[in-house]
Amino acid sequence: MIQAFAFYLFATLMIASGAITILARNPVHSVLWLILAFFNAAGLMVLVGAEFIAMLLIIVYVGAVAVLFLFVVMMLDIDFAELRAGFVNNFPLGFVLAVVLLAELVLGVGAYRAGALPLGVADGSGAAAAGLSNTAAIGALLYSRYLFLFEAAGVILLVAMIGAIVLTHRQRSGVRGQNISKQVARRPEDATINVQPEVGKGVSL
Amino acid sequence: MIGIEHYVVVSAILFVLGVLGIFLNRKNVIIILMAIELILLSVNLNLVAFSAALHDLVGQIFAMFVLTVAAGEAAIGLAILVIYFRGRGTIAVDDVNRMKG
Repeated sequence: MIQAFAFYLFATLMIASGAITILARNPVHSVLWLILAFFNAAGLMVLVGAEFIAMLLIIVYVGAVAVLFLFVVMMLDIDFAELRAGFVNNFPLGFVLAVVLLAELVLGVGAYRAGALPLGVADGSGAAAAGLSNTAAIGALLYSRYLFLFEAAGVILLVAMIGAIVLTHRQRSGVRGQNISKQVARRPEDATINVQPEVGKGVSL
Repeated sequence: MIGIEHYVVVSAILFVLGVLGIFLNRKNVIIILMAIELILLSVNLNLVAFSAALHDLVGQIFAMFVLTVAAGEAAIGLAILVIYFRGRGTIAVDDVNRMKG
């Protein structure tokens, strides 16, 4: 009972905040509603016993991706009213397409429900060992059978990080930065001269 | 226990909302990126729900990889957005085809 209530609460809130995300006038509000949608999705995942993915969703999405969105939205000075110009024109076509797509997807679920489509049966190789928590079971699977995929995911993140830095980094002109190798290579004999001037005469530099 | 169909319908609705968001905000790249995040979130929800229904953890592991790709995609997309804005002063995607390398 409480489970069904929680499910409908999370599902309703998630869909509502997803809708406001795409409809909001102000992109900052969009990001905040997106965060709420992520939180509710995490709640839905906790309901089926996937705590690890739920916590990952909150930490990675809300903690990193959504904050990145917020940074970019606030950093760029964009005229958002101009960008919404085509909103009303696109609405009827987009809405019809969305309704058709949703009808198709729900029809598929209905076909499964009617028994026309047998769902695949797991072979049991990915089943959690008895007595292991969700996180421990995922770790046992991830660091053994999916080790190379896990490392490939790490490489993807590294490439994304380097790519983002290379893309946004810029060399400014007129800035006097520190050139460490040049500083270290400088010797006293290059920098100083030793002269013995005669009395009453200056030193020519 | 909530049936798998409920989860599939909820994530289908979220998926369609993401697609609709791309249609409605055709000019605003930031909202388009957020709509893509919504789509990937619905995919993740589906993977996790099926993983729980079939008692197979592989779905959750794949949800993690989807999460990884989504994070990388958001970072690269926003970086491209920032340099696009720096060069043109707007983020309207109508003339993105000028963005040749």
